[in-house]
Formats: sequence, C-alpha cells, structure tokens
Amino acid sequence: MSVNEVLIKVDDLQKKFGDLNVLNGINTEIKKGEVVAIIGPSGCGKSTFLRSLNLLENPTGGTITFEGVDITDKNVNVDQMRQKIGMVFQQFNLFPHMTIKKNIMLAPLKLKLMNEEEAGRRADELLERVGLPDKANEYPDMLSGGQKQRIAIARALAMNPDVMLFDEPTSALDPEMVGEVLELMKELAKSGMTMVVVTHEMGFAREVATRVLFIDEGKIQEENSPKEFFANPKNERLREFLSKVL
Amino acid sequence: MTDFREKIYQNFIDDDRYMYLVKGLGNTLIITMFALLIGVVLGFLIAVVRTTYDRIGKLKLLNAVCKVYLTVIRGTPVMIQLLIIFYVVFGSARIDKLVVASLAFGLNSAAYVAEIIRSGIMSIDNGQMEAGRSLGMSYGMTMIYIIAPQAFKNILPALANEFIVLIKETSVSGYIGTMDLTRGGDIIRSTTYEAFLPLIAVALIYLALVMMLTAGVSRLERRLRSNERK
Repeated sequence: MSVNEVLIKVDDLQKKFGDLNVLNGINTEIKKGEVVAIIGPSGCGKSTFLRSLNLLENPTGGTITFEGVDITDKNVNVDQMRQKIGMVFQQFNLFPHMTIKKNIMLAPLKLKLMNEEEAGRRADELLERVGLPDKANEYPDMLSGGQKQRIAIARALAMNPDVMLFDEPTSALDPEMVGEVLELMKELAKSGMTMVVVTHEMGFAREVATRVLFIDEGKIQEENSPKEFFANPKNERLREFLSKVL
Repeated sequence: MTDFREKIYQNFIDDDRYMYLVKGLGNTLIITMFALLIGVVLGFLIAVVRTTYDRIGKLKLLNAVCKVYLTVIRGTPVMIQLLIIFYVVFGSARIDKLVVASLAFGLNSAAYVAEIIRSGIMSIDNGQMEAGRSLGMSYGMTMIYIIAPQAFKNILPALANEFIVLIKETSVSGYIGTMDLTRGGDIIRSTTYEAFLPLIAVALIYLALVMMLTAGVSRLERRLRSNERK
C-alpha cells in the first residue's frame, strides 16, 4: 500500500438509539499511517463513532468504507473484516479463564491463521514488545491495570491488523499506570501503525497524534493538526472544552 | 439383636433380595445419566437460542418455541409428564421403559438446565463478547471459546443442584413400572412386610450417591478456580 492511501472513509454516518441521535452525520477519512485522536465531552458520541468503525455499533445511516469495501453492506463478512481492525477497550476485556499467552494466541489459532507453534512464537514476540515476557503463564487477574492493557494491545496486534482502534484505553487506569500504556501506544505509532484513539489524554493527542478531531453533538466540530488544534481552536465549543480540560 | 440380624437376613440376604436394590440402583443410574445427557445438550441449545434472541434479536421463532416449552415443562409436575409420555406419546408402541423414563426426565431437566445455563451466559460481561468479536471471531466461536467456559464455572453449583434433584426425581419412575432403586426397595417391602429396613437402605443409597456427586463437584470447582488470584 502506498502512503496517503485512504484506509477508512466515513460518509454521513448516523446512529440513533431509539429517539436519541448520537451520531448526526460524520464525514472523515483516515489515511494509512495516521494517528487520529478523537476528543470531546462525555456523551458526545465519540465512543459510538469509534465502535461503529468495526460495527460493534450498527450505524443507522451512512457508509463506512474500509480498504475499499463498504462494510455497512449486509453481504459483507463482518468477521473477516474485523480481523484487520484491532480494538483496545477501556475495560481491557482480557479473557480471565486463559493465561496471558493463551489470550494472545486464541484468535490467530482458532481462526486458523497460524498453527500452534507460529501463534506461540508470535505471542512470545509480542510479550517481549510490550515488556511483559515473564507474565506469559499467569492469568489476567494477577496483573495490574496497566499490564492488562498492554496485554490487550498485544492480543489485538497478534492478528496483524491494518488499523488499531483505542476506546479510552487509559481511562480505567490508576494515574501511575497511564504512562506505561501511552508509552507503548507512542511506540506503536512510531512503527507506522494506523491508529484511531478516543482519549482524554490531551498530552498524547498533542504529542503523538497526526490529526485531532473534536466531536460534539454527534458531529465533527473541528479537525486539525494537533499544533493548530490546541493553539488556535476556532470552534466556540472546542474553546470552552479545552479551557475546562487543559 | 438376634432379631435385627434375622430381619437383615430376611430382607436382603434371603432369596438374594439385595439384588432388587443392586438392579434398581443400576437402572436409577442409567436413567439419571441419559436424562442428564439429554438435559444438558437440549438445555444448552435452548439457552443459546434464548440468549441469542435477547442479545442480537435473531431466532425469533425458535425463541418463541423455547419459551412455550419452558412454560409447559416447568408448569406441570414431572410425574404427569412421565405418565403422558408413557401412556399417551408411546401409548401403543413397545418401547423400553428405561428409554421412556430417561426421555421424560431428560426433557424435564432440559427446561431447568436451560435457565441455569442462560443465567450463566448472562452473567458474563458483554465486553467479553465484544472482545471476541473484535478479534474477528464469529458469534458461535466466541460463545464456545470465551463465554461458555466462564459461564460454566459460574453455574456449576446451580447445575450440581439440578443433578441432585434429578437423581432423586427419578424415584417416581416406578409409576410406569420401571425397576428403579425406589421400586426395588418397595418390592422387598411388599414381600417381607417389613418397611423399616428396605426403605432406610434405599434412602442411604440415595444419600451416598448425592454425597459422592457433591464431593466430585467440589473438586471440579476448586480446579476451575485455579485462575483466580491466590
């Protein structure tokens, strides 16, 4: 794939929960290698938007095109498409009944993308990369929050995804553990991974992101390079939001 | 004392009467095992249909069928169900009574097991399903590899309880003429005109069965808990 190739294209994305309009027509493009940070007040629809990108939420209108395929089309194999879209959750969602290594190996193994030996080797590699090789045979309950999130990232990476979605990955962590997760995400961004990150970490958005989106009332109100975004916010609501969080 | 010995001899040894209990126990175990098998397999299927409908709205028709099934089975006594299956469903067919009893108790147990399994599946945080699906695994795969093992651990005590109830419920299978443990004791009673010893013996055997099952389940529970913080 060439640089600047559009990986995800979102057209007029709508989501209604009953009578409530959560997404009111979102339009954007995410190019390969971009790190897009999404910020906004709580309840603004930013998580819903992120979760729509791999159809954990079913949009009620509009289209999402991933690698040239309209994934909102009913005939598209959602499972196959999701194999290429990694996701990291606020609550980690590790599988508590399996060891750390098995957590990482499960999907590639069961989806027959790797055999036992390859999956094991890949898991060891990833454990090394996230700095937790000694935890391979422990269970998730024995890990700290920060360690759990690093494992969750490793688990998503095991599928060799083309893009990684992060849904407030540090919001459930004790303050002293936020750093280790952000550090890993920074390293991931440097390696060229395409990332979409819903976050409250303004420092991360400013330093690591290549573009920042501000969502409010189900719409992208402003998007810009981090430098411009934080130095010269144009949108009234964004100015108000930033004055509260910075 | 000699009187008591005499009675034991009369009730159990004479004419090899203990064989009624041995054979009866064998049949009770056979009925329980097959009923258990039917109950767990059918119960699991019903539970999956019900939760699939609750979670993603699919299988609407099957869900309705399952709901009617649960209502009827849980709303009528197991003995009536047994009699209906024996006299009405298989009324004119020549079919082994053990099969009829296994089927009746299995179909009955399935309704209770289904609700136990459903509660187990519901007890697992939706994040687990989302994590599985986000990795590209199908709904079925996520159910089998991620949800079911965790749900099983949570419902084991309730499931064990259902099995204990099942073992003891099979004691009404004598009503269709099955030679089960209870019936065996009853035959001894009616030949020796002695109620105390045969009935107590039968009671003790049920008690021993249930205690063995309980001990087995406790061991299993301990093993499944190996992943929890020590």
